[in-house]
Amino acid sequence: MAATKRIYMDHAAGRAVDPRVIESMLPYMRSLYANPSSVHSFGQEARQALEEARANVAELISAERKESIIFTSGATESNNAAIKGAAYRNKDRGTHIITSSIEHMSVLNPCKFLTTRGFKVTFLPVDQYGFVNLKSLEEELTDETILVSIMYANGEIGTMQPIKEISQIVHSKNAYLHVDATAANGQVPIDVKNEGIDLLTISSNDMYGPKGVGALYVKEGMRIEPIIYGGGQERGLRSGTEDIPGIVGFGKAAEIAKKEIQTESERLIKLRDKLIKGLLAPIPYSFLNGHPNKRLPNNVAVRYSFIEGEAMLLSLDMMGVAASSGSACTAKTLEPSHVLRAIGLKHEEAHGSLLFTLGKQNTEEEVDHVISMMPDIVKKLRAMSPLTPKDLK
Amino acid sequence: MYSEKVMEHFRNPRNMGEIPDADGVGTVGNPVCGDMMAIYIKVKDNRIADIKFKTFGCGAAVATSSMVTELAKEKTLEEAMKITRANVADALEGLPPVKMHCSNLAADALHAAIEDYHKKQKSDKGGRK
Repeated sequence: MAATKRIYMDHAAGRAVDPRVIESMLPYMRSLYANPSSVHSFGQEARQALEEARANVAELISAERKESIIFTSGATESNNAAIKGAAYRNKDRGTHIITSSIEHMSVLNPCKFLTTRGFKVTFLPVDQYGFVNLKSLEEELTDETILVSIMYANGEIGTMQPIKEISQIVHSKNAYLHVDATAANGQVPIDVKNEGIDLLTISSNDMYGPKGVGALYVKEGMRIEPIIYGGGQERGLRSGTEDIPGIVGFGKAAEIAKKEIQTESERLIKLRDKLIKGLLAPIPYSFLNGHPNKRLPNNVAVRYSFIEGEAMLLSLDMMGVAASSGSACTAKTLEPSHVLRAIGLKHEEAHGSLLFTLGKQNTEEEVDHVISMMPDIVKKLRAMSPLTPKDLK
Repeated sequence: MYSEKVMEHFRNPRNMGEIPDADGVGTVGNPVCGDMMAIYIKVKDNRIADIKFKTFGCGAAVATSSMVTELAKEKTLEEAMKITRANVADALEGLPPVKMHCSNLAADALHAAIEDYHKKQKSDKGGRK
C-alpha cells in the first residue's frame, strides 16, 4: 500500500495546540516559574501573566469583568463546579434542577449525583434535531427550580440551542442558567451578557490551547459554593496553585480565537457543507444527524444503514483518516450514545453513526479525499452485512 | 486496541459471503445490540465442506466471524461443535476484554448452523417415511 498522508478529523476529541500558543507558554516553564501568590518580583510576574490571560478569556466571551473568570482543570471540573456549586449554595431557595437529555456526561452525572443529596432533577426531552423543547422547559420550571443547565451546542450532532430564548424563560422564573459551551467555544462568538448566561463552561483545548485547563464564568453577583477547598486561590472558588503555563496558553488561545473566529468559522462552514453533501449524496440509505444549518461550523455527523460505526472507523483509519462514532462498539458502556438515542434514533440506527469534526489544519483537498473514499468503505461493509433494505421497518 | 491478527482478518476477511443452497444456517445476535452474524455451511461426508459468513458489527465481530470459518473448514461436525469462543479469541491472539462477550458470537453462530443442519436432516428423513 502506498504511504498515505494522514487526515485528522476528530477535533471534538482533541486538538493540536496552536504553535503561537506553545511559544507563549514556554517562558512560563523555563524562567517565569514562580507562584503567582508570592510577594516577590518573580511571583508578581507570574501574577501579571495570570491576570492577562484572565482578561483575554473574559474578552472572548464578553464578560463584564475579568474577575468573573475562574480557571479550572478543564470542562469537566467547570461543569461540576457550576452544577454542584450552584445547587449547594442555593439549597435553601429550592432543590429542583433542570437539564437536557443530551448534555455531556460531566453535566448529567453531577446532576444524577445530586439526586442522592436531596435534589430533584428534570431531564428535558429534545426533538429529532436535538433542540431542547422550550415548552417543556416552561412547564417544568417552578418556584423550586434553582438552576437550569443547557449546553450551547452538542459536539456529537452539532446542534446549537437558542440560548437567549432559553435564558429569558429561565430568568422569568428567577432560576440561574448554566451553559456548557465546551463544544462551541472558539468556534462561534459567545456573549454572556447579551445571551443572559449566569455560569458558562469553556475549555482551552477546544480553541487550540493546551489540555488540562478550562474556565468557569461566574456572573458578577452570582454565588456558588466551591467544590475544591484549600488556599483560597481564584477568589476562593477554586483553590490550588494556578497552572500558569497552561493558563497563559489558554489566554493566548482565547486572544487568537477572538481575532480569527469569524474567518475560520466561515471557512469551516464551507468545508462542513461540502463534506456533508459528499458523504450523503452518492450513498443510498445515508442520513444527517442534527440540523442542516443550526449546527457547529466544524460538525459533520452522518449515519449509514446496515453497517456499524466502529467497522467504519477502522476502515477509515486503515486509509489514514481519523474520525469518531457514537456506536456502542466504540463506547466503554457498550451502549450507543445517549445523544443519538435522545434524538429518537433506534439502536441499530445509532450504531451506524459516523462523526467528523473539522479543524484549522483541514483543507478542501482533505475533504475531497474523504468524500472519495467513503463509497467504497460503505460498499465493502454492506457486502459483508446480513442486513439489507428488507430489514428496514 | 486490537491485535495485528484481528486487524489482518478485518482487512482481509476469509470466506465472506452467503451460500444460497446451504445445508445449515446459524444466525445469532441482533442489530439492536450492535452485532449480528450469520454462518452458512455446506456438509459433505459429515465434514464442513464449505463455510461462509455475513456480519453486521465492529472489527472484533468481523474478525471472529472470519476466524471461525477458518477453524471450522474441513472439520467433522463433532470437531466443529467443540470450537469455543475462547478458541476463536485465542486464534486471534486475544480480544479486548470489553469485546469478549459482545462481539465474540461467531462460535455460537457456527454451532447454530450445525444444529440447523441436524434439524433439517431429521425433518428430511421424516418427510421420506
